[in-house]
Amino acid sequence: MATLEIHDLHVSVDAEGGPREILRGVDLTVKQGETHAIMGPNGSGKSTLAYSLAGHPKYTVTGGTVTLDGEDVLAMSVDERARAGVFLAMQYPVEVPGVSVSNFLRTSATAIRGEAPKLRTWVKEVKEAMERLSIDPSFAERNVNEGFSGGEKKRHEILQLELLKPAIAILDETDSGLDVDALRVVSEGVNRVRESGQVGTLLITHYTRILRYIKPDHVHVFAAGRIAESGGPELADKLEEEGYEEYVKGGASE
Amino acid sequence: MAETIPAGSTTDGVIQVGQPTDARVSAPASYDVADFPVPHGREEDWRFTPLERLRGLHDGTAVADGGVRVEVTAPAGVTVETVGRDDARLGKAGKPVDRVAAQAYSSFEKASVVSVPKETVLTEPVRIAVHGEGGTAFGHQVIAVGAFAEAVVVIDHTGDATVAANVEYLIGDGAKLTVVSVQDWDDTAVHVGQHTALVGRDATFKSVVVTFGGDLVRLHPRVVYGAPGGEAELYGLYFTDNGQHQEHRLFIDHDTPHCRSNVAYKGALQGAEAHAVWIGDVLIRAAAEGTDTYELNRNLVLTDGARVDSVPNLEIETGEIVGAGHASATGRFEDEQLFYLMARGIPADEARRLVVRGFFAELVQQIGIPELEERLIDKIEAELEASVG
Repeated sequence: MATLEIHDLHVSVDAEGGPREILRGVDLTVKQGETHAIMGPNGSGKSTLAYSLAGHPKYTVTGGTVTLDGEDVLAMSVDERARAGVFLAMQYPVEVPGVSVSNFLRTSATAIRGEAPKLRTWVKEVKEAMERLSIDPSFAERNVNEGFSGGEKKRHEILQLELLKPAIAILDETDSGLDVDALRVVSEGVNRVRESGQVGTLLITHYTRILRYIKPDHVHVFAAGRIAESGGPELADKLEEEGYEEYVKGGASE
Repeated sequence: MAETIPAGSTTDGVIQVGQPTDARVSAPASYDVADFPVPHGREEDWRFTPLERLRGLHDGTAVADGGVRVEVTAPAGVTVETVGRDDARLGKAGKPVDRVAAQAYSSFEKASVVSVPKETVLTEPVRIAVHGEGGTAFGHQVIAVGAFAEAVVVIDHTGDATVAANVEYLIGDGAKLTVVSVQDWDDTAVHVGQHTALVGRDATFKSVVVTFGGDLVRLHPRVVYGAPGGEAELYGLYFTDNGQHQEHRLFIDHDTPHCRSNVAYKGALQGAEAHAVWIGDVLIRAAAEGTDTYELNRNLVLTDGARVDSVPNLEIETGEIVGAGHASATGRFEDEQLFYLMARGIPADEARRLVVRGFFAELVQQIGIPELEERLIDKIEAELEASVG
């Protein structure tokens, strides 16, 4: 039973005039099988949390701990974190010239699983996963994210989620920029992974819209670099009604 | 992200017909070195080249002292000769176009002529091993393929040397010649040369230029057509490391109707002070109706500090052509790309390998010589290993 424990996490970025603290003491525990929605206004530090957990070099952890089943995640390199079971579906997936989607997926699966997947079953596995996400088969031969539309990039992220089956999935604004049809397809993908009960999901979003498709067990409001309030799904309903105003007042990090 | 250089936007010279014959070069083509002024570095055709690293090849101070061993291994039916300067077969493909090429032409003592008789189809490649032993040398090589003959020639350059040498390819009517020139020099070598192909009627010329080594390599692959129906495919692959200067200056002279040319050069650069230059000049003269040409250059910059100059240039003097196009783009392997691949469990060195392999794969497949494909991939991997660590 994988558990991600974030304790008193402080993170800074380099800015003009010295380091600027973005995360100011985040406490959160995500267990396998659970879905946590993290909601908050722009600039509250949601994405910083996502990227810090994945180990992006832009962010400096200045305090606190992150462990996955007791293992120190912060001591791991980016690729070690991924192999330990942390997956980040990015808000802005990166184009990688010269690397085809099929080559990328296979290399990634080989790294994560510790051995190369058997070719015959692998081809079938990828093909079926792509079909479920309505991804055209020609994408396999295209360069990673190159010339993909916003929706195609997001579907490609969820394709990886389905194939890599992480212990902890962090979805950073996966819903942003999607029309309703794409949102439904992407959400169905996330739900298939969740139904396995094997993944703990951290769903980071600005809007409540995606929560109609992906039902969270816990909702956290993120403001000024920390969790301002936690509750059940009803908290999302309140945010839908009232917005973030209450949390922004006097709490903005700027 | 990939930055596309608009076609022709980085050029400040165009090819003209008449006098001077070629505005990009500082003097008209000539066999005699005395016809070329000593370059000082600001000329259009020298502005990218670090003259101080040419070891005197450009200003007459380089003195030949041997130091290069050439071995030719040819299958039965092929004639290999060493000839004097007055041999009638020399200089037929075209004149030297810059001072170093003319210096080579003015200074070599013996030339090597490899001839494939007409209608001879070789099943084995001709192998020419050029091994530098630390000296300075001027050389001249002619590869003549008779009508309807078919041959593959592999020229390997290894070791350390300062070399100015030209190669001529004379391709008979209906013949097929594939030449692979591999510059796998030690990182101390200097190699400058002009490779000129004269393509006969309905003949096919395929050139594969592979540059991995050398302190400075500057090559001029050039194609001229002797009669209609000729076809030239020019592929190039370079991996420019820290401190290396690798320059490929192509010129395709479409002066004959109904000929085709296709150019694809790809390079990866790694390390500070790595400098690659690609010049792709295509001239379609008024007489060359029915021409079909395309040229492409792609560069992948793997680390900060590397520099690429990529200059495609297309000059068209007739509208009666099948097609003409060019493309040049330089992309950078960014920290964000590295992060993305690593976030999917792929270790950093493997991520870099994945990107470079993928970048070259398409080109390597296009070359269509399986034995060479494997060797190129292995060599690319070795280059990566050497410079990543």
